[in-house]
Amino acid sequence: MASAAISMRRMVKRFGALTAVDGLDLDVPFGQCVGLLGPNGAGKSTTMKALTAQVIPDEGELEVLGFRLPGDSKQARAEMGVVPQLDNLDVSLTVEQNLLVFAHLYRVPPNKRKKAIERALRIANLDARRASKVDQLSGGMRRRLLITRALLHEPRLLLLDEPTVGLDPQVRQGIWALIDGLRSEGVSILMSTHYIEEAERLCDTVTIMSHGKAVAVGEPHALIREHAGPEAIEVYGPPARLTEVEADAQARGWRTRRTGTSVSILHSNGAVDLGGERRVTNLEDVFVLLTGEEIT
Amino acid sequence: MAATRRLHRLERAALQGVMVREVVNFSSFWRSSTFSSTVDPTIYLLAFGFGFGSLVSTVAGYDYIDFVGTGIVATTVLFSGAFPAMYSTFVKYEFQHTYDAILAAPVDTEELVTAEALWIATRTGVYGCVPMLVAVVFGLTPSWGMLLVPEIAALAGFGWASFGIFIAAKAKAIESFSYWQSGLLTPMFLVAGTFFPLEDLPTWAQVLGNLNPLFHCVELVRHAVFGFEGWEDVGHLAFLIAFALASWRLAIRFMERRLIL
Repeated sequence: MASAAISMRRMVKRFGALTAVDGLDLDVPFGQCVGLLGPNGAGKSTTMKALTAQVIPDEGELEVLGFRLPGDSKQARAEMGVVPQLDNLDVSLTVEQNLLVFAHLYRVPPNKRKKAIERALRIANLDARRASKVDQLSGGMRRRLLITRALLHEPRLLLLDEPTVGLDPQVRQGIWALIDGLRSEGVSILMSTHYIEEAERLCDTVTIMSHGKAVAVGEPHALIREHAGPEAIEVYGPPARLTEVEADAQARGWRTRRTGTSVSILHSNGAVDLGGERRVTNLEDVFVLLTGEEIT
Repeated sequence: MAATRRLHRLERAALQGVMVREVVNFSSFWRSSTFSSTVDPTIYLLAFGFGFGSLVSTVAGYDYIDFVGTGIVATTVLFSGAFPAMYSTFVKYEFQHTYDAILAAPVDTEELVTAEALWIATRTGVYGCVPMLVAVVFGLTPSWGMLLVPEIAALAGFGWASFGIFIAAKAKAIESFSYWQSGLLTPMFLVAGTFFPLEDLPTWAQVLGNLNPLFHCVELVRHAVFGFEGWEDVGHLAFLIAFALASWRLAIRFMERRLIL
């Protein structure tokens, strides 16, 4: 019996001269939601694709739901659901037809297909739109359909690749509620995202990736405490003033990061003599400190 | 907890899943697909039948309508097998990302390609008969052997569908299809013994013709309708089977290269 839904050891994947994933360890314990955080190009999508054997690693070991990949990938895929980043619904088909096709692809037994489709429609709150063609749906509805399509066979593991990218804030909240519901039902989830708030709200643990490597692993709040301290000072001002503040803070050994029109000072233990306002630290601070990259 | 059920290669459930997707989608575009697959060959049939047929009455021992009305089956097989396979495969992986979704389900590339080719072959088996039935209206003599034509068309169709998938898997852009179409497929469909016999051509052209799967399809259909010629037809059948198998494996191999990184 497998000890974790996903267990990846020292995975390496190269594309020519580029090493997309460079010795990554990743664990998703049963029943947990794990976030894979990183900017574009960090290797998140390559990692996700390796879990369905659409990318074959050059090195390392990979087990999904107790099946060794890539050899036994088809068995693993039969028991997991995958929500891709790119919408690949059949747009000329209705909502219900899309679900019917995937009930077949996911091998839902004939006598359970109807029930599975009804359940999927209910989960995604698309009952009233079952006969609508996909190209008549809103962006949020399409995303809900994409997610519920992956749940037809009641998978034990769900892979979500950037589940709310490109959605309006209120639509995003709806998707979060849906994912949170699945998590409370005990579905193991691996979610790649570059929305910090999404990871903070939904994930039990996060793995922060940069250049194909894991630079930090842990619970969101523990990571924030450890790397960013309890609070940050945020100083606003014209660019010249911000440069001055940065130099000053760095001279005192504090760390800084630019956030648009302000400079955030971390690990200053509440010293406010540079001016500015105190605020609670977040995962974004951790991310920028560790990777040196802004995330959005 | 860990499932003990081993999954195998080429499982029925996986093939069925992919084909269900095709059948459901077909319900929304069958009109245009049927039109393009059958009308083109019918136009060739009528153009050659009336145009050329007014100049010659018999060709290679056949009435011209009998000659061209049976040969046209192979043209339909090419038009409804290779071309849809090329375009739909390319669109599905490049623009619609359909294959990403399918390969995330318990379906392997081998099953995906096989199911797509089988479905196109099924359509080809039906479409292949349409211009022949039109030819019956214009004087082609019906025979019991015509009942074998859908099977021959489906076998050849499987080969051409696979070949089309192979072309799509190799293509970097949809524009590169023109090279295959103008450079290979068009000459093949003209020099297949459909509209004029190969026997009177120079030796080199006859040799090339014998390497053309469409020629073997033309001959086999003609003989099915007007009487088999023994071992010669076993040879035609063997060639079509070999073409289907080779194209099928080639399509799988190149699609794997394309879809699995």
